[in-house]
Amino acid sequence: MTALWGGIVVMAVGCFALKYAGLSVPERVLQHPLTVRAVELIPAGLLGALIAVQVFADGTSVQVDARLLALGVAAVLLALRVPFLPMVVAAALVAALARQL
Amino acid sequence: MTSDRSVIVDSLGVGLATGAYGVSFGAISTSSGLSVLQTCLISLLVFTGASQFAFVGIIASGGNPLTGSLTAILLGSRNLFYGVSMAPKLELTPAQRLATAHFVIDESTAMGVTRPTRRQARLGFYWTGISIFVLWNLSTAAGAWAGNAIGDPRTYGLDAAVGAAFLGLLWPRLASAKGRLVALVGAAVALGLVPLTSAGMPIILGGGAAVLLGLLWRPGRAS
Repeated sequence: MTALWGGIVVMAVGCFALKYAGLSVPERVLQHPLTVRAVELIPAGLLGALIAVQVFADGTSVQVDARLLALGVAAVLLALRVPFLPMVVAAALVAALARQL
Repeated sequence: MTSDRSVIVDSLGVGLATGAYGVSFGAISTSSGLSVLQTCLISLLVFTGASQFAFVGIIASGGNPLTGSLTAILLGSRNLFYGVSMAPKLELTPAQRLATAHFVIDESTAMGVTRPTRRQARLGFYWTGISIFVLWNLSTAAGAWAGNAIGDPRTYGLDAAVGAAFLGLLWPRLASAKGRLVALVGAAVALGLVPLTSAGMPIILGGGAAVLLGLLWRPGRAS
């Protein structure tokens, strides 16, 4: 419980510090091309990893279940340009229905 | 030339559309084992969507909260660059910076940084950022309360909603070949590490490996 609160505090302070620092540092400090490219890539890499773990991991084992079906439905809906919220709700519903069968 | 009024209307439209996502964050967070209070405080104090989803996703999979916060902070690193690009348009005093920093997110920057004049850049930035902040927190509370009231989240497929939410956040970045490669490598490395490391680590290590590879890869060099 305490660890969870600790994580929340660290996250809140860290995320605010990044926003504040961005408004405060002169542009030239962050102009190094390597830094710029790394920051562009971080969301794709982390989100890819997050999706894989969220969909396939069960503790330390890998398994395929209704979550993969839901992810497939989400991908189709995103390709059809369905907005975020209906897309998430539909994916959850598909997983819920699949588990009832 | 765009009128001030249309900048405000556009900003409120983005605010409405984005602020509503808070419902899914609230529901997913409480079904991941966080309390309604913790869920609402995260939206109030962290206020950067992808990072919040990452944190509760890692908690849900049994990860260490500090691993979760580190991943959240890494995902939030793009806000640093948003701040750098907004700063010249906003021209803030140090005190104003403290009050403004919280509203530096994807959408407020997108709606502010492209405006032709300083006045409209500010209008777009603040109307978008503040309207999202208000709605995001209201809808987080609604989702947290609803999620808490319905029992086992798996029955409703809420665990599967997390993956869908992340895919929605990733989607725009899959438009480029490099984005697709980096996301795929991140996913593959993370999955390979799931049986080998403790929860949360596959995400940071997979994401890190993918970013490194993305930095080394030059389009055109590979056939």
